[in-house]
Formats: sequence, structure tokens, C-alpha cells
Amino acid sequence: MSLTESLLSSTWLNMAIFAVFVGVTIVIVIRASRNNKTAADYYAGGRSFTGGQNGTAIAGDYLSAASFLGITGAIAVNGYDGFLYSIGFLVAWLVALLLVAELLRNTGKFTMADVLAFRLRERPVRIAAAISTLAVCFFYLLAQMAGAGALIALLLGISSWEGQAVVITVVGALMIMYVLLGGMKGTTWVQIIKAVLLIAGAFAMTVWVLALHGFNLSALLGSAVETAGAGGEKLLNPGLAYGKSETSKLDFISLGLALVLGTAALPHVLMRFYTVPTSKEARKSVVWAIWLIGGFYLFTLVLGYGAAALIGADTIKAAPGGVNSAAPLLAFVLGGPLLLGFISAVAFATILAVVAGLTITAAASFAHDIYANVLAKGKTTPASEVKVARCTVVVIGIAAIAGGIFANGQNVAFLVALAFAVAASANLPTILYSLFWRRFTTKGALWSIYGGLGSAILLIAFSPVVSGTKTSMIPSADFDWFPLNNPGLVSIPLAFALGWLGTVLDKGQESPEKQAEMEVRSLTGVGAEKAVSH
Amino acid sequence: MGNDASRDAAENTAHPDFRLVQASDDFQRLRGSHRSFVFPLAGAFLLWYFLYVLLADYAHGLLSIPVVGNINVGLVLGLLQFVSTFGITAWYVRRANSTLDPQAEAIRAEIEGHDFDAEQSVGAGREGGAR
Repeated sequence: MSLTESLLSSTWLNMAIFAVFVGVTIVIVIRASRNNKTAADYYAGGRSFTGGQNGTAIAGDYLSAASFLGITGAIAVNGYDGFLYSIGFLVAWLVALLLVAELLRNTGKFTMADVLAFRLRERPVRIAAAISTLAVCFFYLLAQMAGAGALIALLLGISSWEGQAVVITVVGALMIMYVLLGGMKGTTWVQIIKAVLLIAGAFAMTVWVLALHGFNLSALLGSAVETAGAGGEKLLNPGLAYGKSETSKLDFISLGLALVLGTAALPHVLMRFYTVPTSKEARKSVVWAIWLIGGFYLFTLVLGYGAAALIGADTIKAAPGGVNSAAPLLAFVLGGPLLLGFISAVAFATILAVVAGLTITAAASFAHDIYANVLAKGKTTPASEVKVARCTVVVIGIAAIAGGIFANGQNVAFLVALAFAVAASANLPTILYSLFWRRFTTKGALWSIYGGLGSAILLIAFSPVVSGTKTSMIPSADFDWFPLNNPGLVSIPLAFALGWLGTVLDKGQESPEKQAEMEVRSLTGVGAEKAVSH
Repeated sequence: MGNDASRDAAENTAHPDFRLVQASDDFQRLRGSHRSFVFPLAGAFLLWYFLYVLLADYAHGLLSIPVVGNINVGLVLGLLQFVSTFGITAWYVRRANSTLDPQAEAIRAEIEGHDFDAEQSVGAGREGGAR
């Protein structure tokens, strides 16, 4: 275990590099947010970011610890089956590019509910959309906070439950500070800095790993097989993780469905499209995001097999933090304590930035959809709305800290997959129907949102991730009558069907004027929200 | 000065009858060229993605066949997913810039030039709008 021991000796260096990151970003956040005045400033960064900046921020928002640590580790341990994750995460962006981003930018203001409530009955639809937004954000937040706990075990050598709870609290407090001080503008700059550091760090490590193998991918794969020993060639072939039984194969299809349809329905991703001045810039941001994210996932392929070759799956699994430790361990093997410190700081920054993005999305949804448009029936000032949003940030932050401490040590992949499956089931059908189906009605929207949300959460509750197996959340209980880990295969088609059925059975009709307005605005950009001019 | 949206320029804002716009030939053409490009493309990439998922799930033998050295069919197919994603992105952007944007801009200019204002009764559009 000399590798892990020498790793712990660099704890102080890790902390110092992380402290520098926090210090620099706080200064930038404060400077960026000096003229935050209106609601559009606070929620949408004044809509003044360029496509390139926003695309980088989207990459920063999207490439969470699950992507960096999780996928690298999954490839190192499960080989080809880990690679399948990155493909789903990337291809999903085409749904956003082709069907959602520009039309959403043209018709909405701050939140996803703006688009859904455009031509349907506002109150019930806004409430439903806000509930599903909060649900998705909360599960995603829990995953990130729990991930922070797991990461700390490895990077700072804090293995006691109390110690990790303290660190989760510190991460949560920092996140609250960023969002309170900076709003969307500050949060966006944190994302941009983090994305640049993460992608640059991964690129450097990728070149390094390839250089060690003569820039020959085949040689790298061969050396990964060699390190794994007998049966190592399984690393290169599909089936190591999902090929065990017919059920696990079905589970894989379910996961693939949730990944490809979830991305374009994640509320914190959708909200980023409002931070640019026009739909053309929204398109540019998705294009930037696709290139950056795609490039990054190609790096993780090399990093994953690099970790398998230079460290070996058994050593990785035995290290504190388990599979998630593949990327930091690889950094240490390549560049010693200094590179490890840099990569660790980037991993912390990753969690911090994603958590901040989720928090501001949830706060905007509560303040803008529930408080301003439902509770106060639109009779608010932007100033009071922002005040409510700030209070919500604190409440959500504290809830996330508490939830993160509780979820610490739980299965992180379960929470991320739940967030994707819930987003794809509860949000995507209604977004697509209301943008493209003239006849779609309020009843259809409500059936689809509540049906998708409810079925996804219910099926997870009765799946093996919660009970029935040794790795479940409640291993002692046994009520896992739903065999799949991911509910997407059932809940996503169900939500689409419910949206159709509710609409067909609805005797009423929505206003054709509003439908015409939405369609014309979505395609031409007439009357779209403009950038704030200072 | 921060201002929230375009509302301040109220005097200058057009008040279009959106059903008239929707029924206009120009808009129907834009809608047609948007949908006829985006829908088939979305269907195609989803099919290609699920074909890949099913192969990776059920055709282990096929995907394990080596192509060059240690690189097998599975890895090549996976990397092709990256290539197709980048390719579709570039294709869509070219198409949007060359075909969709000019059409949308022309309609936007007409609306903002008060061509479709509610007060003005343009005979061509008629009621109904819907197909």
C-alpha cells in the first residue's frame, strides 16, 4: 500500500492548491457580480455571455465528478463497458442541439417552466414543472455532495465519518457563498475556470499516458491487458459489467435510454441557454459544449486504460475511494505529488462548480415559478424575487449539506442515474410536446410530468439499488420487485404515452393564439428576451 | 442601467397577430424546412445510437473481433459514435446558418416592421391558420 501512503503525504499540498483556487475564484466572482441589479442579472447573468463562454460553462456544468472520476474509474475497472457511459453522455447533446436549445432560448425567460407554461394553463403547469425541477436538482445535488465525501476519503486522508461531514459542510458553505455573492454571473465564471482547468489537466495527462506508450493506442490497450493478468483481454471487449445476465443487459438499455434523453431535460443545463443574448448564441454554446465534452470523453478513454495499464484494477479497487480513485492515482503515478495536487484541486473545483450551478437553478425555479408567479401571482418586484431566490439558496444549501452527510457512503451512481431518469421522464416529453405538437394540452402536460416523476421515483424505490442486494442502500430489507437499477426503460415511454393520452382525452383546447405566438417566436426569435444593457 | 427585457421600448413594439404570421407562406416554409431537416436527423442519430447500444449489449462476439492490433470492432464503433456526433453538429450548424437563419430573419424583420400588426387587416392570411 505504499502508493496510497505516499498519496496521503501530499495532503497539505492538495489543500494549498485548492485554497488558491477558492481564493482566485472568490475574487473573480465578486468582481463579476458588481453590477448585478435585476432578476435577469441574477438568474441569467444579464444574458451577456458569448456562445463560446457559455459553451465552456456548460462543459463545466456537465463534466461533474461523476464524469471525471466515475468514467475514468469505470474504464479502468470495467474496460469497454465504462466507455459506453461517455458515448451516451455525449450523443445526448444532439437532442439539445437539434430539438431544444434554440427554441427554448426564444420562448423562455429564466426557467424551464417558462417554456412549458407559455401556452398552457400557467398555475398548474408551473407548479408541476417547478416540483420536477426541484426533484431533479435535489437528487443531482445529493450525488455531488456524496461524491465530495468519497473524494475526500482519498485526497485528504480523512476517513472518519465526522471528518467527512465537516468537509461536506465546508463544500456546502463555499457553494452558498459563491451563489449568494455572484448569482449566475459569478457561478458561470466559476464553471468556465473549472472547465478550462479540468480539460487542460485531462489533456496533459492524456498526452503523457500516450507518450509512455509511443503514441500508440493499441500498445496502451495491450499494456492494460498485460497488467490485468489472466483474462485481461476481457477489458477490451463489451460485457464485463453489463453482460452478466439477461436482466443486466436490459438494465444497460434502460441506462442508455435515460442518458441519451436525460441531458436535454436537465434543468441546470436548460437554464444555461438563457445566459446568452440570442438563439444563435445558444446554438453556438451547444456546439462549443459538444466539442469540449466530446474531446474530454476521448481523453477519459485514454486515462481509464492508462490507469488500468499503469496501476491495475485490483490496486485501484483496494484504494480508499475505490473505483473513483483511478484518476487521482494515475496523476500521482505520472507526475508525483504536484500533479496529484493539481488534479485533486480540479476535482474539488468540479464538485463545487456543479453544486453551485444546481443550487442557482433550484433557487431560480422556486423564486421565479413558485413564489413570483404562483404565490404572489406575478405581483412582485424583481428585487423581492431576487431576495427570495437568495433565501432559497441558503435553504437549499443547508438541505444539500444535510442530505450530503446522510447520503455519504451511498451509491453515488444511483443518485446520478436517478436524476437523469427523472429528468428524461418528467421533463423531456412535455418540453418536446409543447414545442412541436399543436394539439398538446394542460392535462397532457400534468399527466406526463407527474406520471413520469412519480413512476421514476417509485420504480427506483422498489429496485435493487434500494433493497435486496449487498450493495443496496438498505441491504437488510427486501422489497425489490422491480428488477432493473435504472427505471428509464419503463418510466420514459410511460411519460410520453401519458402526455399523449392526457391530451387526447382532454375535451378542452388550449388557446390557438398562444400556440401561434409560441410557434412563431420559437422559430423566428421575435420578442425573445434581450440582453441586459448596463 | 439594467432593464428587464425589451418591454421598455413599448411604443415601438409591434403587436403582431401571430395567427396571421403562422398562416403566412413564409412562415410555413420556415417551419417546413426546420422540421424536415431536424426530425429525420434526430431520428437517424437515435437509431444509430440504439443500434450501437444493442450491439454492445447482445453482440459481444462481433464487437470483440480485432481490427488492428488490440483495437477491436467495438472500439471502432464507439469512436464512430463520436465522429457521427461531431459530424451531425457541423452539418446542422451549416444548414442553420445558410437556410434557417435567413428565413427566420426575414420574417422577424416583417413582424418588427409592423407587417403583421393586429390592427392591420391583411387579406392574404385569413382566419384559421391551422393546417
